[in-house]
Amino acid sequence: MRRSPKETEQAAALVTRRGVILGGLQLGFMGVLGLRMRHMQVTEAENYRLLAEENRINVRLIPPSRGIIFDRHGIAIAENAQNYRVVIVREDVDDVDATIARVRQLVEIEDRDVERALREMRRRSPFVPITLADQLAWEDVAELAINAPALPGITPNVGLSRIYPLGPDFAHIVGYVGPVSERDLERLQNPNPLLQIPEFQIGKIGVETKLESQLRGAAGTKRIEVNAGGRVMRELSRDDYTAGENLQLTIDHGLQNYAQERLAKESAGCVVMDVETGDLLAMASAPSFDPNLFVRGISSKDYNALRDNEYKPLFNKTVQGVYPPGSTFKMMTALAALRKGVIGPGERVWCPGHMTVGRRRFHCWKRGGHGWMDLDDAITQSCDVYFYEASKRLADRFGIEALSELCHEFGLGERFDLPLSAIEEGLIPTTEWKRRMRDEGWLPGDTLNSSIGQGFVLTSPLQLAVMTARIASGRAVMPRLVKSINGVDVPIAEAPVMDIPSSQMNAIRKAMWNVSNGRRGTARRSRIVAEGMEMAGKTGTSQVRNITAEERARGVFRNDQLPWNRRDHGLFVAYAPYDKPKYAIALIVEHGGGGSSAAAPPSRDILAYALYGDVPPLEAYPEDQRERIKAMHEEMNIRPRLKPETKPSRA
Amino acid sequence: MTYLVNQVQTVPTGFRKILYVNWPLVLLLAAVACVGFLMLTSVAGGEIDRWAERQMKVFAVGTVLMLGIAMVPIWFWRSISGLGYLFALGLLILVETSGVVRMGAQRWIDLGVTVFQPSELMKITLVMALAAYYDWLPLQRTSRPLWVIPPVLLTLIPTALVLKQPDLGTAILLLAGGGLVMFCAGVSWWYFIAVIGAAVGLVFAVFASRGQDWQLIQDYQFRRIDTFLDPSSDPLGAGYNITQSKIALGSGGWTGKGFMQGTQSRLNFLPEKHTDFIFTTLAEEFGLIGGMSLLVLYGLIVFFCVLSASQNKDRFGSLLTLGIAATLFLFFAVNMSMVMGLAPVVGVPLPLVSFGGTAMLVLLAAFGLVQSAHVHRARSR
Repeated sequence: MRRSPKETEQAAALVTRRGVILGGLQLGFMGVLGLRMRHMQVTEAENYRLLAEENRINVRLIPPSRGIIFDRHGIAIAENAQNYRVVIVREDVDDVDATIARVRQLVEIEDRDVERALREMRRRSPFVPITLADQLAWEDVAELAINAPALPGITPNVGLSRIYPLGPDFAHIVGYVGPVSERDLERLQNPNPLLQIPEFQIGKIGVETKLESQLRGAAGTKRIEVNAGGRVMRELSRDDYTAGENLQLTIDHGLQNYAQERLAKESAGCVVMDVETGDLLAMASAPSFDPNLFVRGISSKDYNALRDNEYKPLFNKTVQGVYPPGSTFKMMTALAALRKGVIGPGERVWCPGHMTVGRRRFHCWKRGGHGWMDLDDAITQSCDVYFYEASKRLADRFGIEALSELCHEFGLGERFDLPLSAIEEGLIPTTEWKRRMRDEGWLPGDTLNSSIGQGFVLTSPLQLAVMTARIASGRAVMPRLVKSINGVDVPIAEAPVMDIPSSQMNAIRKAMWNVSNGRRGTARRSRIVAEGMEMAGKTGTSQVRNITAEERARGVFRNDQLPWNRRDHGLFVAYAPYDKPKYAIALIVEHGGGGSSAAAPPSRDILAYALYGDVPPLEAYPEDQRERIKAMHEEMNIRPRLKPETKPSRA
Repeated sequence: MTYLVNQVQTVPTGFRKILYVNWPLVLLLAAVACVGFLMLTSVAGGEIDRWAERQMKVFAVGTVLMLGIAMVPIWFWRSISGLGYLFALGLLILVETSGVVRMGAQRWIDLGVTVFQPSELMKITLVMALAAYYDWLPLQRTSRPLWVIPPVLLTLIPTALVLKQPDLGTAILLLAGGGLVMFCAGVSWWYFIAVIGAAVGLVFAVFASRGQDWQLIQDYQFRRIDTFLDPSSDPLGAGYNITQSKIALGSGGWTGKGFMQGTQSRLNFLPEKHTDFIFTTLAEEFGLIGGMSLLVLYGLIVFFCVLSASQNKDRFGSLLTLGIAATLFLFFAVNMSMVMGLAPVVGVPLPLVSFGGTAMLVLLAAFGLVQSAHVHRARSR
């Protein structure tokens, strides 16, 4: 088909016109694109830049290393150990199940750990390392390292975890740490973001929780660059953590170990205290448990075994346990009576074996009676009637408050501010207290019961140790548990002199010497014979429940015929050396029977250890007991004293 | 034979043709390709051999191909336009029946050595076929309804096939490309106004029907449209790409963060960073200046094409030139609108910059046609 040149010209002109129009439209649209780009990159640039930075930078916390806890000689009680772990990275593993099975041939891993790891793996990104097992032995890690080529995606790894090298010895004092629980977070008003770090440990009980703020330290931060998947690309900057403060306790690790071991078979508590400084040298609560179990997360089987044990291993008997002090309380009654002058030091009281108040008859422990008793005899032989009489006179003239005031001066009924969990205040009854709590008036019988440390009176071993230390030193020493923080000694406050004439104090001390050393002393068998080491003590037996008439009818007269948990508590308080007091001790054996048989012997042994600074030599014991003591020490599992590896650092 | 009517004597012959090639256009194409090499190196973290090297080889082959095509007289290309169209259509149907499925779509033909996307070829052969059709059609029939139907069918058949693959991006490009060639050919404005009006009306009808008794599409289809239109409603799902893309682009500022310093692309926040979203890396690392430079380069390519077409008295040649320029424009306009958040995300690469062998080769071949039209243009007396 031929076309005229005119038509061709026309067509070309039309195409050109349309082409120019289209070109113009395209240019216009490019203008729109350009304006849009300008708007985004200039006007809104700052916003987008911020968003890009937010995308890119994550701030991560660096957990601080927890402060180390030492004993008074610089032996580590709680430290941070390398925790060897096996970590699995899913994206590097071909077959997760097969790999885990192969790892388990080399290292023992519990089923629940595997399940937890698999759960975690499903939740997290494939490149996040998941802990398969921790607290591994170095040998296991080495085994894995050797087999590493055959186990892609499995890496041994090391972190810090709390460890208590002395095991059960300090379980009740230092307590333990554990992972942060939901409850911990709820309890805090403004939880530290540090607590959100998985595997971060905080104090759960004892010193670990009470001094958490000192021990924890402050977290550091690092700014890291992450990619879209959350994988860490590099560290941009780092602001290192501040380590927690190191603590030095007043406890002596050797004495603590000896006390725990000496009481291991009993349900018992024992406090040893320096009578001058108030330093607590031992606070043993038996039986104990291994705090390391709790750090790892205790199995419910182990936990139930501890919880259901009738000797209550989880319970800190030294401060949490309050018991009727029994006859160990008699020094208080005597001192109150002496101070108020209702009875003279040499004055004698007739003990017929009982005392009748109103229509009730109050018995002396010795049914037949002690005959004429002065103060010294009454304490030495623990005559109840003497103290009934003294307290009756005191209450008649000055009210029971004269006794309770004195008790508080000696630390009974006081809540001492120590960094321990669940410290109990005990109870020193007053008229006002009885009216408030029982809605009853104070009865003469209450006075008599109180005078021998029964009835309402409740004290903890710690309080009894403070009482004994104050009798020994004549000063109101305060117990203390923390010797230094980060190498800086905690100052010891000057203890004020007790408001008791020294002649009266001396009379009590002499009587206590007689208890331990006198011919008729109730604790004569548990004495220290070495010169200059002699003890002054007092036994106590506190009734848990009276033997009922029915039981009497069945023929039950003696304590050891009763079931264990209804037997009497045996108590003993003492200090030594008598002439130059250094250490005071208070000890209770729950349901152990009489104080002289159950509590006095271990108290003597523990006090002797404190005096000698190590397992006491046999010369300290009466000759006839040496063979038995030797056998006992051989049988006991005493840890040799440790030497500090390094001085407690200032970190 | 409009060409013969014009002065055959002025057309260069032999190797002299080389001198008549539109060299500014070649240089502009090379410049755009170089931007591509640079960005492909950057998104590979400095590794040239990851993507850039292959792209360079393809570009070298493509340039030779372009010049080769330019040497062949334009009337040869016109004479095989119909055949080319049928060949591409045949391949599209073949892909439908025995194509290779990749990334959830059936678009590729396995040639043994490489895989090939027939839809890429169709973009060019459609333009050729329409240009040839209007070259043949007497001018006064251009806007007659009967003579509007064949080009509409020529456009809609491949569009429907591509849409079925499914490849929405290419389908839109084919439809728009065909429309623009018809517009250049001089089809009456009223057709375009009517079609655009009808499309707008249909969209309104669909949206108006939402929640009514006479709802035209299903609820799930509406929800898809919602995310399609407003990606920010689902910033971690469907909207993630576009959100991150905007952040990358916006954070570039005036001068950008510097070569290989773009945090968004280097840290993988950007999706498809070596293909569809490569422009965001450019804008992030070289800022407004970098982005505008590329836009200007594209603008100049379009300008030189329009200039060449306006100097060409041959209807086929000028329509082909305008159609190919329009195709290029549609490519980068849709791609840039997408990464700037002006348009929904559809898979359209940035021409000559995004990594991709077929697209590059086909585009350079198309510019070979533009060059052929330029070299063999019918010059005015």
